[in-house]
Amino acid sequence: MHRTGELYGQFETLEQQKESAALGMWIFLVTEVLFFGGLFLTYTINRHAFGTAFGVGSNTLDIRLGGGNTVVLILSSLTMAMAVWSAQIGKKQLVSIFLIATLALGSVFLGVKVVEYKQKFDHHLIPGYGFDIRYHSELPAPMDNPVEIAAEKEELEKAFAVDPDINAHAQLYFSLYFGMTGLHALHMIVGAGLLIWLIRGSFHGRFTPQYNTPVEIVGLYWHFVDIVWIYLFPLLYLIDRHR
Amino acid sequence: MLGTGITIWAAFQNFGKFNIVIALAIATIKASLVVLYFMHARYSPKRTQLVIVCSVFWLAIMLALTLADYDTRPREGCLAFANTCYHA
Repeated sequence: MHRTGELYGQFETLEQQKESAALGMWIFLVTEVLFFGGLFLTYTINRHAFGTAFGVGSNTLDIRLGGGNTVVLILSSLTMAMAVWSAQIGKKQLVSIFLIATLALGSVFLGVKVVEYKQKFDHHLIPGYGFDIRYHSELPAPMDNPVEIAAEKEELEKAFAVDPDINAHAQLYFSLYFGMTGLHALHMIVGAGLLIWLIRGSFHGRFTPQYNTPVEIVGLYWHFVDIVWIYLFPLLYLIDRHR
Repeated sequence: MLGTGITIWAAFQNFGKFNIVIALAIATIKASLVVLYFMHARYSPKRTQLVIVCSVFWLAIMLALTLADYDTRPREGCLAFANTCYHA
């Protein structure tokens, strides 16, 4: 297959090549939408059936970490959009800077996720042997706020009165929590790998106003991952905060 | 980001049954903004826009038909015991 510069032989113009690439990426994203859609559907059906357990499970998540992470991820989407824009207007240094900023923000997101997962291990909230939704309120750590612990205890007592099998049903919530956020985190890790590849390319000055398809395609992927989180955050963290 | 603030605020208010509707409406507005401007959907060729609309359409079919099935089952078919269902 012959190739002229960045233009592959099967295309007439760079514009056509770019549009085809973007279209292909969108078709991949459609499959991703349906892939995550299945999980959201599972979540909806189970939340409808086990509303009390899902509410209690959701309230164990730390809203400051989750909300902060949402802001971090939307900011990273913004820097990604800025990287695409810099490539289009030919500011090669800015491309590198914005790509590195995106990678840094993505890493912050994953780091906070690690802290959140660790907390769930400490509180015996991993589905399987040893799962106990009451563990944390019975044996709080010394630095925990006693007022919050008392409120949690009271909430759990009410929940047990409504649903005696709540330990079983809350495991369903946490399975979905770890499944959905874990899969989302996996997408983030793949995205971080792609960003490292882009950053290497940008150091070699590969992206110009005529040819910046890789930046744009990875940008589409990164924004998609952001959108998944935009839905995950209210659905997992904010089920039952108003009580 | 403004949207995130509003989402968190809205979650702590009590709108009865409508909390979830409001949360999802805000999420959808945020997602639409990302698709339209960050992902340049607004300035894309019609062909690409068609693909985007199709994805939402297929997702809607999957959600609507499955939930219609669950929603119209008799109560004995409820996944949980009746007393654990909010709507039982």
